[in-house]
Amino acid sequence: MSFIEKLKPDFWDYRDVAAGPREKLFNFHRMWELTVFLTAGVAFIPLIALAVVDYHVTQRSIASENLLRTARLVSNTRRSISFFFTQRRAALDFVVKEYNFKTLNEPGVLNNILQNLKISFGGITDIGLIDPLGNQRNYVGPYNLLGKNYSEQDWYQEVCKRGVYISNVFLGFRQVPHIVIAIKRILPNGFFYVVRTTLDTGVLDDLLSGFELAGKGDIFMINREGTLQTPSLYHGKVLQKLSLPVPEYAPKTRVFEGKNAHNDPVIIGYRYISDTPFILMVVKHERELMKSWYETRIKLIFFLTVSIIVILGVVVGMATYLVNKIYVADQARIATLHQVEYSNKMASIGRLAAGVAHEINNPLAIINEKAGLIKDLLTFKKTPAGGDRLLGLVDAVLSSVKRAGTITKRLLSFSRQSEISIQPIELKELIEEVLTFFEKEAEYRSIAISTEAPEHIPRIESDRGKLQEIFLNLFNNACSAMEDGGHLAIQIRRKDTNSVLVTVTDDGCGIPKEDLERIFEPFFSTKTKKGGTGLGLSLTANFVRELGGTITVESTTGKGTTFSVTLPVRMERKEGNNVCGYY
Amino acid sequence: MRILLIDDEEELVSTLAERLSFRGIDADWACSGKDALKKIEETPYDIAVVDIKMPKIGGLELRKMMAGKYPDMKFIFMTGHGSEEDFRAGSEAAGAEYYLVKPVDIEELIRKMKEALKK
Repeated sequence: MSFIEKLKPDFWDYRDVAAGPREKLFNFHRMWELTVFLTAGVAFIPLIALAVVDYHVTQRSIASENLLRTARLVSNTRRSISFFFTQRRAALDFVVKEYNFKTLNEPGVLNNILQNLKISFGGITDIGLIDPLGNQRNYVGPYNLLGKNYSEQDWYQEVCKRGVYISNVFLGFRQVPHIVIAIKRILPNGFFYVVRTTLDTGVLDDLLSGFELAGKGDIFMINREGTLQTPSLYHGKVLQKLSLPVPEYAPKTRVFEGKNAHNDPVIIGYRYISDTPFILMVVKHERELMKSWYETRIKLIFFLTVSIIVILGVVVGMATYLVNKIYVADQARIATLHQVEYSNKMASIGRLAAGVAHEINNPLAIINEKAGLIKDLLTFKKTPAGGDRLLGLVDAVLSSVKRAGTITKRLLSFSRQSEISIQPIELKELIEEVLTFFEKEAEYRSIAISTEAPEHIPRIESDRGKLQEIFLNLFNNACSAMEDGGHLAIQIRRKDTNSVLVTVTDDGCGIPKEDLERIFEPFFSTKTKKGGTGLGLSLTANFVRELGGTITVESTTGKGTTFSVTLPVRMERKEGNNVCGYY
Repeated sequence: MRILLIDDEEELVSTLAERLSFRGIDADWACSGKDALKKIEETPYDIAVVDIKMPKIGGLELRKMMAGKYPDMKFIFMTGHGSEEDFRAGSEAAGAEYYLVKPVDIEELIRKMKEALKK
């Protein structure tokens, strides 16, 4: 039997065909399936629905929170950067407005201004004054740029045109990234001059690198051509081309989801910084940001799986337990029905037997007397002619009457409901007493009888008359099954503390397998031709049951038969013990 | 020894009486309880061998009716129903001491009669 077969509950393959149109009602397998599917369904559907909804809601809220945070970061940083440029521009503006061309052209003044600017703002490398022709008229700084003409340069034309100029980052002569800020002042008489200063981007870099960003975040600035203006952690060095496309212009902070060069999903936030060529960009790795969500997700899925397993286990267990209970109860119901049916049948047979026996007994009595009279006449009157032959015939009639009488007596005892009188009985003595009935027959047929009983067999409480009848029947049965010279063995053993076992074994013809089941049925006999009534064994079984015992039979055709009678040491009187006699 | 055989089957009692006579026992017979009562009124008997189950007046009833008037009369009951134990269980209370199951063995009957007379 496979493992699965062993797991199958008893009701699994059971089909109550006898239930007819109501078979479905007794289909326990179906009942089980229905219970399991319904209960599991009712439990799982809301659970799974809740889990799925929670999954999506949580995921979405975390994702949108990430976008929001990025947007906030971009806005705040933009404010700082705008402030950075506004501040420096305002300082230059102040210088231009406060000092006229002449004053600025004096060597000491410009130097003083540069020193003050350095102290106040830091990161300012040099400062120069340029006349309308593009000639650098005054210069304070580390390079020899005095007298340099800028009129052909783009930035000069730009500042002439717009009044203010902030350059892209470029590498100066020292190969250090710089930004140029230039401001023009026009005097009422049409004369104008430009003040130009170079900013070291280190201050700006420090400003941006001060942010610690979650999720492998990167914050940097690019120009409108997509060249990096500040160093980035993951997207290249200053003045390198950015691997991401330049986002389209938008007047406000914008955040979107995209892919980086490695095709990883990223969140990109950007802002065009007004009045400068810069775009502030924040790039975050979505996967890194969602890490906490992935952990939550695993927990959620684990919880769901464990819940489903537990619920399924409980549902299957409960369904199996309950359906099995119903099945067992139903089996008990069927057994009871069968018992009632059997008892009714037996009671009918009993009543029929009693009626038949009684009706036959009366004519039998008359035949008996008449034959007896004939015999008397022949015996006492000594009628000579053919007297011996007549005597023989009458004897034959009388013996037949005796036989018929035995049958009717048995039929009547089959139907009777007698009281059981309990008394202590020495089983061995009782069996030996019964065996005396067979002494003559055994001697005549040279049948060996052996009785085996250990000393410690307790006295049992039982009904003497019934026990006598039980063993009389069993011995009788054994004797008629055996050929002359057979062997009858009787064994008395203690089975357990509460019962005693008596086995009656013969080495007779045995009982065919197909008859074994029926031998305890009334009127079932294999020796009807030899005068059997078919009531002996059924009566025996009946008596054994009445005495609270059990009887079983084992037989091999041609080898012999063993009847095993188990009797309780103490007999409990039960209501109904003697009511019908059939269980 | 005066004996009365009572059974609703005339064939049975008449034959039984004749058979007893072969064994030197004189017995009268009656075919119903009523008939038996009449006979007992005429001349009392020592022993009544009576069927328990008879129409109108049964054996046990007859015994009850006679008990006061003829306390010495012994009753031997015959029945076509049940075995000896069966009978005892049911009728010991009624005082039936002697009991035979039909078909009756005549020697057994004589033995019981002798036993009854001894008491």
